[in-house]
Amino acid sequence: MSNAWLTSLGLLPLLGAFLVSVLPEKNTLLIKRAALGTTLVVAGVAIAMATQFQRDNVNFQFVETHQWIPSLGINYAVGVDGIALVLILLSVLLAPIVVLAGWNEALGGRWSVKTFYILLLILETMMIGVFASTDVFLFYVFFEAMLIPVYFLIGGYGSGARSAAAVKFLIYSLFGGLLMLASIIALYVLSGDQGGHTFDINALSHLHMSSTTENMLFLGFFIAFAIKAPVWPFHTWLPDAAESATPGTSVLLLGVLDKVGTFGMIRYCLTLFPHATKTFTPIILVLAVISIIYGAFLAIGQKDFKRLIAYTSISHFGFITMGIFAMTSQGQSGATLYMFNHGFSTAALFLVAGWMSSRRGSSRIADFGGLQRVTPVMAWVFFFAGMSSLALPGLSSFVSEFLVLVGTYTRYPVAAVIGAFGIVLAALYILIPVQRALHGPVTEGNENLPDLNLREKVAIAPVVAVILVLGFYPSPLLRVINPGAAHSIAQAGFSDPLSSIEKAGK
Amino acid sequence: MTSNLLVYLIALPLFGSALLLLAGRKTDKWGHLLATALSAGAFGVGLYEFSQMLSRANDQRAVTQKLFSWISVGSFQVDAGLMLDQLSICFVLLITGVGTLIHIYSIAYMSHDRDRRRFFAYLNLFIAAMLLLVLGDSYLNLYVGWEGVGLASYLLIGFWNQKPTYATAAKKAFVANRVGDLGLSLAIMISFATLGTVSFAGVKAHAGQASTGALTAIGIMLLVAATGKSAQFPLQAWLGDAMAGPTPVSALIHAATMVTAGVYLIIRSNFIFDAAPTAQLLVAIIGAITLLFGAVIGMAKDDIKKALAASTMSQIGYMVLGAGLGPVGYAFAIMHLLTHGFFKAGMFLGAGSVMHGMDDEVNMRRYGGLRKYMPITFATFGLGYLAIIGVPPFAGFYSKDKIIEVAFNMGGIKGVTLGTAALLGAAITAFYMTRVVVMTFAGNKRWDEKAHPHESPALMWVPMVLLALGSVASGFLFTHGNSLVNWLAPVVAPNPAHRSEMLKPAVVSILALVVVLIGVGIAIMKYLRADVPVVAPEDVSIFTKIARRDLLQDDFNEAVFMRPGQKLTQALVLTDSAVIDGAVRGVARMTKGSGSVLRNTQTGFVRSYAMWILLGAIGLIAAIWVVTL
Amino acid sequence: MNSANYLYVAALLFTIGSIGVVVRRNAIVVFMCIELMLNAANLAFVTFARINGNLDGQVMAFFTMVVAACEVVVGLAIIVTIYRSRRSASVDDASLLKR
Repeated sequence: MSNAWLTSLGLLPLLGAFLVSVLPEKNTLLIKRAALGTTLVVAGVAIAMATQFQRDNVNFQFVETHQWIPSLGINYAVGVDGIALVLILLSVLLAPIVVLAGWNEALGGRWSVKTFYILLLILETMMIGVFASTDVFLFYVFFEAMLIPVYFLIGGYGSGARSAAAVKFLIYSLFGGLLMLASIIALYVLSGDQGGHTFDINALSHLHMSSTTENMLFLGFFIAFAIKAPVWPFHTWLPDAAESATPGTSVLLLGVLDKVGTFGMIRYCLTLFPHATKTFTPIILVLAVISIIYGAFLAIGQKDFKRLIAYTSISHFGFITMGIFAMTSQGQSGATLYMFNHGFSTAALFLVAGWMSSRRGSSRIADFGGLQRVTPVMAWVFFFAGMSSLALPGLSSFVSEFLVLVGTYTRYPVAAVIGAFGIVLAALYILIPVQRALHGPVTEGNENLPDLNLREKVAIAPVVAVILVLGFYPSPLLRVINPGAAHSIAQAGFSDPLSSIEKAGK
Repeated sequence: MTSNLLVYLIALPLFGSALLLLAGRKTDKWGHLLATALSAGAFGVGLYEFSQMLSRANDQRAVTQKLFSWISVGSFQVDAGLMLDQLSICFVLLITGVGTLIHIYSIAYMSHDRDRRRFFAYLNLFIAAMLLLVLGDSYLNLYVGWEGVGLASYLLIGFWNQKPTYATAAKKAFVANRVGDLGLSLAIMISFATLGTVSFAGVKAHAGQASTGALTAIGIMLLVAATGKSAQFPLQAWLGDAMAGPTPVSALIHAATMVTAGVYLIIRSNFIFDAAPTAQLLVAIIGAITLLFGAVIGMAKDDIKKALAASTMSQIGYMVLGAGLGPVGYAFAIMHLLTHGFFKAGMFLGAGSVMHGMDDEVNMRRYGGLRKYMPITFATFGLGYLAIIGVPPFAGFYSKDKIIEVAFNMGGIKGVTLGTAALLGAAITAFYMTRVVVMTFAGNKRWDEKAHPHESPALMWVPMVLLALGSVASGFLFTHGNSLVNWLAPVVAPNPAHRSEMLKPAVVSILALVVVLIGVGIAIMKYLRADVPVVAPEDVSIFTKIARRDLLQDDFNEAVFMRPGQKLTQALVLTDSAVIDGAVRGVARMTKGSGSVLRNTQTGFVRSYAMWILLGAIGLIAAIWVVTL
Repeated sequence: MNSANYLYVAALLFTIGSIGVVVRRNAIVVFMCIELMLNAANLAFVTFARINGNLDGQVMAFFTMVVAACEVVVGLAIIVTIYRSRRSASVDDASLLKR
C-alpha cells in the first residue's frame, strides 16, 4: 500500500476527468461539483500521504518503479523528498481553491464548461507527476505534456489576446524543453558509456563528464527552467499569459507551473551538475538580483492588475532563484518555503484581482477607486494579499523571504544587500495600487459593485488562514523541507559558511 | 526566570483587534469598550509583572517566556520568545498605560465616526504590535513588531483614506518606514553572518568577539532603522504628513510610543554601539541634527498638529542624542522618552480637544483666546508646555537638562558641539512651544462666529488630566534617588568610571533656563504683544519659507529619489516591451517573415512541384557524379 | 543483344514521362506519364536483374507493378471525383491547398 501512494494520487484527478467526461454536458453544476469533489479528494489523499512521510529520511520516499520502455532503460519511477512533497501539497491544495474561486470562469469560453474541467483535472495529474517523477525521461514527459492543457485553458477560456498569449507561452516553453531534451539525450548517451543506459536520477548523479560537457548540459537544463520560472530575461511570456488567462488558470500558472522551473533547478541542476553549478552561480545570482529589482520596478510601472501581479512574481522568483543558488541551508529551505508561500500569496492576489475585474469588467487599476467603502471585505482581502506579497512580518512570505536573504548574505553579501532593496520596492508596488483602487473617493462605475459572496469567502478563507498560520508557525513545513534542502546542498558539494567569529575561533 | 503571563500582554489586544475586524458591524455597539478593556487588561498584566519585578533583586528581574520554535534552519534558530527586563517594562507600562488613556479618550473623540469600531481594532492591533516590539527576545521578533506597528500606523494615518492626501500620507509613512526596515533587516543579516545568532542574549554574549568593522556596520544599519521609525534625519519627512490620522493616533503612535521605537532599538543594542564608537558618534550626530531640524520646522508651522509633530521630531532627536552619548546617556534618553510620552501625549490630546471644540480647525491663526472656553484643556496643555520647555520642577526639566549636561560632558569639540546644539534646541523649543500656547489660548479670538468653542466631555479631559499629572511628577520620580538610572543599570551597564565634568549640573540648568527664558521672551514679544494675522504673511524671509516647507526635505526626496525613480520605471517599462519582449517578438517576426518569403515557392501547381523534384533529382545525381569523378 | 540498350530505352521512357508530368495540364495525361516513369523504372529493374544474374530486380518490378496498380485505382478515383465536382481535369485548377 505504502508504495502506491503517488500513483494513486496521480490517477485520482484523471479518474475525475473521466467521470466529468461522461456527465451530461448541459448539467454544468454537476460537472463543477464533480470537479470540486475530485480535487478535494485528491487534497485529502495527499494530506494523508504527507502524514506518512518520514521527515528525517533524506532518500526518496513512496518510491515506485516499473519498467516502461525497457529497451531504452526508461522506467516509470516516482518518489518524493521533502521539497517535492511540499510542492505536491501546494498543487493539490490550490486546485480545489481554484475550482471554487473560479466557479463561473469557464463560461464564455471557446469550448464547453465540461472541457474546462477535464483540462483542469488532467493538468492536476500532470502537476503531481512532474514533481513526483524520479526518472528524468518521465519528468520530461510531464514537463512538456502539462503545457498542453494550459495552452488550451489560456487559449480557450482566457480574455483579450488569449490566442496570442497562449501561443507565446507554448512556444517559449517548448523552446526551453527542446534544450532540455538535448541535454537529457546527452545524459542518456553518457550513461550508456558508463555502465548501462538509464534515466534514473540517482544513477545519473554519479556520472563523470568533462567540465565542458557538464557546462553545456547544465545550460540546457537551466535555460529550460529559467524560462519556466521565469528568470530575467526570459520572462516576457508571463505577463501576457497571466493577463489573458482566467484568474484560476493564472493561479495555477504562477503558483504551481512556474515552480516546476525552480524545483527543477534544485532537483536537476544541482544534483546532476554540481561542478557546473559552481561555475555558473555568479552569473545566475546576477540574473536573480536583476529579476528581483527589475520585476519590482516593472510592477510599479504597470497599469493593469494582472500584469502587475505577474511582474511581482518575477521579482519573487528572483528571490527564490537567489536562495537556491546561495547554496546555504537557509537559502535552500527558504527558497522551497518561498515556493509554497508564493503559491498561496499569489493565489490570494490573483483571485481577488480576478473578482475585482470580473465585477468591474476591467482590470485596469485606473478604473477602480474607493473600493474600501463599497466592498470592504474584498478590499480587505486584497490588502491582506498585498501585505503578504510585500512580505510583512507575521505573514508566511516574510519567513521565506528573510531566510533567503539571510542565507544568501552568509555567502554572497553583495547579492543579498542589493536584493534586499526589493523590500522597499515591494512596498511601492503594493501600496500604489492599493491606494488607487481601494482608497480615495468612490469613482464612477464602482458605486454598485457587490462584495464577496459566500462561495468566494469560503474559497479565499483557507488561503488567508494558511498565510497567517505559516507566518507564525512555519515549523511543520520547515521540518519537512530542511533535510531535503540540506541534502541537495551537500550533494552539490557545499556546506553552510561559518559565522565570522567561528572562523576567527578556528 | 520565566513567566507564563508575558504572552497575554500581546494576546489580549491582538484578540481584540482580530475579533473587531472579523466580526465586523456586529460589534459596533460594544467594540470600543472591549478594546479599551483589553488594553487596560494588558496594562494590568504589565503592572503585575512590574510588582513581581520589584520584589526581586535588581539582577534577577528579567523574565523570559519561550512559546515555540519559530524558524529553525541549520544554524539559524529563532524562537518565538518574549523577554521582559527593566528596559522593556518601562515601555510596557508606557504603551499600555498611555495607550489605555488614549483608548478612553477616543471613545468620546471618535463617537461620531461611523467606523469607530475599526479605529479601535487598529488601536488594539497597534498596542499588540508595539508590545511585541519591546518584548521580543531577538532582533527578528522585534522586527515583527517593528513592521506591525508600521502597519498599524499606516492603517491609522490612512483611517480617513477617502481623502486622497490622507491616503498618500499613509503610503509615504509606510514607504519611509520600509527604508528603515531595510536597515534593520540588513543589520540582522550582518549579525547572523558575523555572530551566528540574532537573539539579544546571543548577540550580547558574542559581540566582544566580533570585529569593530562588523559591529560598526550593524550599528549603522540599526541607526538607519531607527531613523525610519523615529522620524530622524534624513527619513523624517513622513511624520508631518502622518498628522492626517485622527488626533488620538498622533498622540499615541506619533508622539508617545511608536516613534520612540528607534530609541528603544538603539538602547537595546547598547552592547553593539558601545563596541562601535563610530556608529555611536553617528547616532549622536543624527540626534543633534534632527533636534535642530525639528525645532526649526516647529517655529514655522501654523497647523497645531504639525507644530507638535515637528516638536516630537525634535524631542526624539534629544533622545537619540542621549542614546548616542553612550552608557552615561542611555538612562537619560529613556527618561526623556518616558516624560515625553506623558507631556507630548497630553498636549496632543489637548490639541485634539481644541479641534473637537473648533470644528476640526487646525490652523492656529484661527484660534486665540481659547483659555476662557476650554479651561481644563488649557490647564493640562499648559502643564505639558511647562514640562517640554524644561521649567523646574516639571518633567522635562529633569530629563532634557540631563541630556544637555551629558552632551557637554563628552568633552572636546564633540562635547561642545553636541551640547551647544542641544542647548540651542532648548531655546528654540521654548520659542515655538510658547508660540503654540500663545496663539491657541491667549490673545484675541480670531475664529469665525460659527465656531462654538466648548470644553470637551469628561471622557476626554480625564485622560488629559492624568497625563498632565505625569508631566508634572514623572521627572522628579525618575530622578529621585537616581531611581531610573539604577533601575536600568543591569540592562545598559552604565560606565562606572567617573568622567571629567566640564560643566556642573547646576551650571547647565542655569544656562538652559536662561536660553529658555530668552526663547519664551521672544515668542511673547512676537505673538502676544503683537497681533497675529489670520492669514500667514507671505512677505517673510527666505528662511521662514524654507522652514514652512519642512526644510525642503520633501523637495529633496522628490528631486533625488521620486522623480528619477519614476523616470527609471517608465524607462524600464519601455525597455521591457521594446527591447526584451522586442527580441522575443523579433524572433517570431523573423520566423514568420522567412516563412512568407519561402511560401512564394509553393505555387500550388503540381507540375511545378514535380519539376522541382526532377531538378532536385538531377542535381543530386550531378553531385554524386561530380564527387565520384 | 547488349543489355545497356534496355537501359537507354528505360532512360528515354523516364525522360518522356517526366517531361510529360511537368508540361502537361490534363490530369489523365499527367497520370499516364507517371505510369510511364514507373514502367521505365521497372524496365531498368528487370534489366539489372538480368545483368546481375539474380531475381532481386524482378521481384522489385512485381512490387512496383502492384503499387502502380493500387495507385491507378486511388488516383483515377480522385481524378474522376475532382472532374465531377469541378468540371475540369486540369491539375492547375486543383490548387485548393494553396488558396
